[in-house]
Amino acid sequence: MTEELLEVRLRVNGVAHDLRVPARRLLSDALRHDLGLTGTHVGCEHGVCGACTVLADGRPVRACLMFAVSAVGLELTTVEGLADVDGTLSNVQQAFAECHGLQCGFCTPGFLTTITAGLRDNPQPTHDEARDMIAGNLCRCTGYQNIVKAVERAAELGAGETS
Amino acid sequence: MKPAPFAYVRPGSLADALSALAGDPGAKVLAGGQSLVPLLSMRLAAPSTLVDINGLPGLDAVTVTADGVRVGALARHADVLAHDEAARVQPLLRLALSHVAHATIRNRGTTVGSIVHADAAAEMPVVLTLLGGSVEVAGPSGTRTIPATDLYVGPLETCLAQDEIATTAFFPALAPGARVAFAEIARRHGDYALVGAAALVDGDSVRVGYVSVGDVPTVVDLTGVPLNEMAATALAQLDPADDIHATAAYRAQLVRVLTERVVTEARTDD
Repeated sequence: MTEELLEVRLRVNGVAHDLRVPARRLLSDALRHDLGLTGTHVGCEHGVCGACTVLADGRPVRACLMFAVSAVGLELTTVEGLADVDGTLSNVQQAFAECHGLQCGFCTPGFLTTITAGLRDNPQPTHDEARDMIAGNLCRCTGYQNIVKAVERAAELGAGETS
Repeated sequence: MKPAPFAYVRPGSLADALSALAGDPGAKVLAGGQSLVPLLSMRLAAPSTLVDINGLPGLDAVTVTADGVRVGALARHADVLAHDEAARVQPLLRLALSHVAHATIRNRGTTVGSIVHADAAAEMPVVLTLLGGSVEVAGPSGTRTIPATDLYVGPLETCLAQDEIATTAFFPALAPGARVAFAEIARRHGDYALVGAAALVDGDSVRVGYVSVGDVPTVVDLTGVPLNEMAATALAQLDPADDIHATAAYRAQLVRVLTERVVTEARTDD
């Protein structure tokens, strides 16, 4: 059986892409395989690990729990869209570098997108709120301590910009 | 781990969605997909057609009146959770929704979808049942309202027909003077609860709904039962089971702890 391909226009990091994909193409696979945006990582592929988290209209969602065809009309942001165009790291990325918030880096894209949205909604989280912000993402290397520090450091960097 | 092939339609009207469902007995509705997509990826389900209702107009509303909270089929858990008026009229919504998965899942998953997915390990089916809510359903022959008490017929099974779509859920307002509480125990925050409990105390009336202790969402009437006998009374009507997450004995212990905890909390003046 030849599988039907559907025309899909995805907007990713401000750029429109026209794809032909089967309906069952997961958004995570469309980003990685069809668009070559391999920054979005695929871990568990059933919504538990958070590695594939991207922003849809600014809200974190699991790319492995959506079909590319369902993402039509959404403004998607992947980890590739977080730094400035000149390569300057975002506050969250800078904070991860400073705080040693990653080791192997597999989970990092999901953390970066999640925290970017989390700090936008709550720019000055308490320690507990910082922990809660990352509760939906798994990391097997760091033990989370430095990731929580990075959330707090990114909040500090953000506060420095607005004061 | 990829879904099996399926045909995909994204109708722009409820009528088109209903005819697409009626046109294929193997068709399923896709809303938030946070439960359905994993089932597809693990090939535990393989519908021949997915009817994506995310393009239907007007279904994302959360409408609050003095009578209660009406939640449209495309309202995300996060939208309902953030709705201050909804939390004021029926506080149990916010208490329970904060326990539904993780924030990222709540951004996409829908409350109505969770209700008709009918997982007895999920919070919102129990909340709807405890509050005496209902689901409005559209089908080929019109709409009907199904009380939550009639909705759940088995594990992951409601009385909805294959060609029907749940369009809204209605959660009645909290009666003046009535109180609610919610608590659950999970190994990690955001995981499925090993056991959860929601209490509704209204004068002498005491009812407690339980998460993850049976095949269907279960509410037990504990009116007139002394506090220290409530858990035993509840356990006589519940069916805690063994699985890889907890033994039946441990779940029964959690029923004892949580029953007392939520009833005491609901009875305490704030």
